[in-house]
Amino acid sequence: MGDHGGIEDCIRVSQSIVQWFRFASPQSFYPLAGRMVPWFWAAAAIFGIAGLWMSFFVAPTDAQQGEGYRIIFVHVPASWMSMFIYLVMAFWAGLGLALNTRVSSMMAQALAPTGALMAALSLWTGALWGKPMWGAWWVWDARLTSELILFFLYLGFMALQAAIDDPRRADKAGAILALVGVVNIPIIYFSVKWWNTLHQGSSVNLAKSSMATTMLWGMLLMALAFWMYSIAVALMRVRAIILERERHTEWVKHAVA
Amino acid sequence: MQWHSVGEFFAMGGYALYVWGSFGACALLMVAEPFLARRRLIEVRRSLIRERLADELESQQRTR
Repeated sequence: MGDHGGIEDCIRVSQSIVQWFRFASPQSFYPLAGRMVPWFWAAAAIFGIAGLWMSFFVAPTDAQQGEGYRIIFVHVPASWMSMFIYLVMAFWAGLGLALNTRVSSMMAQALAPTGALMAALSLWTGALWGKPMWGAWWVWDARLTSELILFFLYLGFMALQAAIDDPRRADKAGAILALVGVVNIPIIYFSVKWWNTLHQGSSVNLAKSSMATTMLWGMLLMALAFWMYSIAVALMRVRAIILERERHTEWVKHAVA
Repeated sequence: MQWHSVGEFFAMGGYALYVWGSFGACALLMVAEPFLARRRLIEVRRSLIRERLADELESQQRTR
């Protein structure tokens, strides 16, 4: 009897999981995403204003790097987001590959351009920091090189998906590329520890940070703003992708009146 | 606050090019990207509406 109950529980759990996936169909996700977008824009604006205020008017001048250090208020959030978005993108792509759920693959596709943008901003702001501080726009250092590879992984993911006409096959090929590329994320993250890099180590430490508290707060607020921005813009893009890919279904014809 | 004048703020202690180059690039791209995403959604919606109108026109002609 005990075994029997266990099986029933199992069935109930799997049924509720199936229900959940049915809810995450393109048809129900399209309006849901539309309702979420304004909230994420509002959050991005609030965190952005607070973060910029901290970055320029509250955080003190750095003793060693003068006012030039203020670049970190955009450089660090962009770099964090470039890595984090990649992990989220690979997760959704992998889920789409394993469970054949369309919305997850569409979400991965929607995240790629935003991730590429964050990687590009990370490299750009890094170069603008490197020139005055190190005397070079670019060096072939482990941290910089692995971040450049991340940027190319995003571009490769987008190019591969664009090159394959059948969207489901494009999703699968993209997912494999995204999952293989995940190995690069710990390489970027630990590069400053594993190799002797010109790029400085992390200044953020929960126990003992080498930064002034107001600097740390400015950075965290800006990171939150970048995070909310990324969600808002990815949700906007996923709505377009849903309509593009589901255009021959009845619900899309009714959704766009 | 560490700034004594607006000019001093914009000069960024001699790092103006680097600081404003960084924040400016972020602002530019983070305005352009949502704009493009929004345009993509509007474009697909427009083409769907056109398609629907074409379908309606076709069915009207057929019934005539």
